[in-house]
Amino acid sequence: MIAESHRGTMQARLLLLLLLAPALLWLVGLIVLPHVELALLSLRVRVAPRVYELSLRQFGTFFEEPLYWHTFVRTAVMSIVATACTLLLAFPIAWTIAKLVRGRRRALLFMLCMIPFWVSETVRTLGWTILLRESGVLPALLVQAGLAPVPPELLYHDATILVGLVYTSLLFMVVPLIGALESLDDSLIEAAYNLGGSGPSILRRIVIPHAAPGIVAGCIVVFMLTLGNYLTPTLLGGKNSLWFTEQIYTQFITRFNWEQGAAFGFLLLALSTLIVWLGLRASGQRFGDVMRRP
Amino acid sequence: MTPDLQVERVVKRFGGHTAVQALSFEVARGSFFSILGPSGCGKTTLLRMVAGFTAPDEGEIVIGGRSMRGVAPNRRPVNMVFQHLALFPMMSVGENVAYGLTQRGVARAEITRRVGQMLERVGLGGAQAKRVDQLSGGQKQRVAIARSLVLEPTLLLLDEPLGALDLKLREHMKVELKQLQAAFGTTFVYITHDQSEALVLSDRVAVMNHGRFEQVGSPQALYYEPQTPFVAGFVGANNRFAGRVTAAATERVTLTSDSGLVLHARPSGPLAVGDAAEAFIRPEVAGLARDEAELPADQPRYRGTVESLLFDGANSAVLLREAISRIEIRIALPQTGRFADLRVGEEVAFGFDPQRAVCFASAPP
Repeated sequence: MIAESHRGTMQARLLLLLLLAPALLWLVGLIVLPHVELALLSLRVRVAPRVYELSLRQFGTFFEEPLYWHTFVRTAVMSIVATACTLLLAFPIAWTIAKLVRGRRRALLFMLCMIPFWVSETVRTLGWTILLRESGVLPALLVQAGLAPVPPELLYHDATILVGLVYTSLLFMVVPLIGALESLDDSLIEAAYNLGGSGPSILRRIVIPHAAPGIVAGCIVVFMLTLGNYLTPTLLGGKNSLWFTEQIYTQFITRFNWEQGAAFGFLLLALSTLIVWLGLRASGQRFGDVMRRP
Repeated sequence: MTPDLQVERVVKRFGGHTAVQALSFEVARGSFFSILGPSGCGKTTLLRMVAGFTAPDEGEIVIGGRSMRGVAPNRRPVNMVFQHLALFPMMSVGENVAYGLTQRGVARAEITRRVGQMLERVGLGGAQAKRVDQLSGGQKQRVAIARSLVLEPTLLLLDEPLGALDLKLREHMKVELKQLQAAFGTTFVYITHDQSEALVLSDRVAVMNHGRFEQVGSPQALYYEPQTPFVAGFVGANNRFAGRVTAAATERVTLTSDSGLVLHARPSGPLAVGDAAEAFIRPEVAGLARDEAELPADQPRYRGTVESLLFDGANSAVLLREAISRIEIRIALPQTGRFADLRVGEEVAFGFDPQRAVCFASAPP
């Protein structure tokens, strides 16, 4: 009997292992192994052809060259601003879908949020350039409306990059927010209203505390996507974009300096980890709770 | 003294359906008023109109002598205890009770004092720091009431707050609610579909059906003198017999059911021979006997076979099948234990005082 049940648990474990195998292979093969390799790369320096030494020189270069850490800080700040803008824009949308509409209209609204994601990111972003470039649709309209004497160049501004980033990230904020707001019992809002609460106070004391895990989850996802985005800043910001992923790309592909690129990659990883940790601390949320929510 | 709540010809329609039909009533200060009705009768709509969550299509709601037309729910002198209580899970017990006072801008020291006092009065002294999910069902209800009463509303609305509780706790909370209302003296408007809650708690009860009040009165009046067949059937257990009037006098009518049962009852409203009518006899009105001679001689007697025994402590009853008409009738078992040995299939006699049975004209279809 005991031996049999033991065999049963063994079988169950084996089955679990088999079910997890694809995910484990993916994690180990595509995330862990390359990162080990990158870590080794980032910590060595070439002293002669095919002769390498252990060194921190790549990391030293980052701090000595103002352009690098300037780009680094700028990328972080822009990503935080983009995340905040996405949250401000996504909240009313999620509220409308979760609380105000029902049935078919609700499915329709949700689909409207989804539709842009059926198109590849490249095409979507190129769509923005068609709209915004000097000879594009929007500048021409501005001239026609008499708001500008000559077609203004709307591309290659920080604001343009932000618009593109927010547009790309919106869905990833809306989905966890809908989940968080849907689970809020309407009678809590009515009860607060009944007890004399006003709109802003109900938002601050009832809605936001309830939705906090969803808000934080959405912010983490959007922040990471934005920080690691390459296409949108490059296409919409051009040479002015100064995005850190561009520096990594340049090191790996243009300069063929894999050691420097690897070091930058790790610095970016450290940055996103640090900011997510700070965000969780500031909002009083625990990572486990946040990830369980959506 | 102006009544705390005056509802004047209030109408509410949803699409083509009229949920509340030209309803008027008043609730006196300090009283416990219940609205009793089956689900879908419009009682929740009515309550939500008083609270201000829904606007009436016609008519006027006056609270404490002030018209509530155009007054938002957060500006009404009305507080509500929700069906699932709707305590704020993100706040402690103390913060829940303090919420309304904070919104009014009361000074912090004053809030602390009043919250402490209120929790003391509902028997939860010192529970300020507790989390809502640490409370039992009964304690949660007391917090919900404390949260409302700390604002000293003219009117407290209660939307079936006992509906979600299990039977034992519900019985306990009924008593507690009544005591709280007596202690605070606030006017309570309570809606429920549970007739026992309405009868036990209320000074006055309105029985609601299809958007109208069928009858408004004391629990005793509803029980002993129902004005409509709906009230007779809805309030308390009742046996209903449909048939035609075969003899009519001012004090007594004779009803012959479709299956041939002949019975006498007190008429409610004018009834003439040939009218379609229905009679109601409460289970505790009918008397039971093994020997027909034990029943009072001046009452009609019937014979029946025991169909099933429904033991429920003090509410035990027996289901009989009448010998001639084969109609089923429910009769309460006396508490003396005289029929403790009654068996299914046994033949017994029963009878009732016609003055305690009531007969109504059937509602036209």
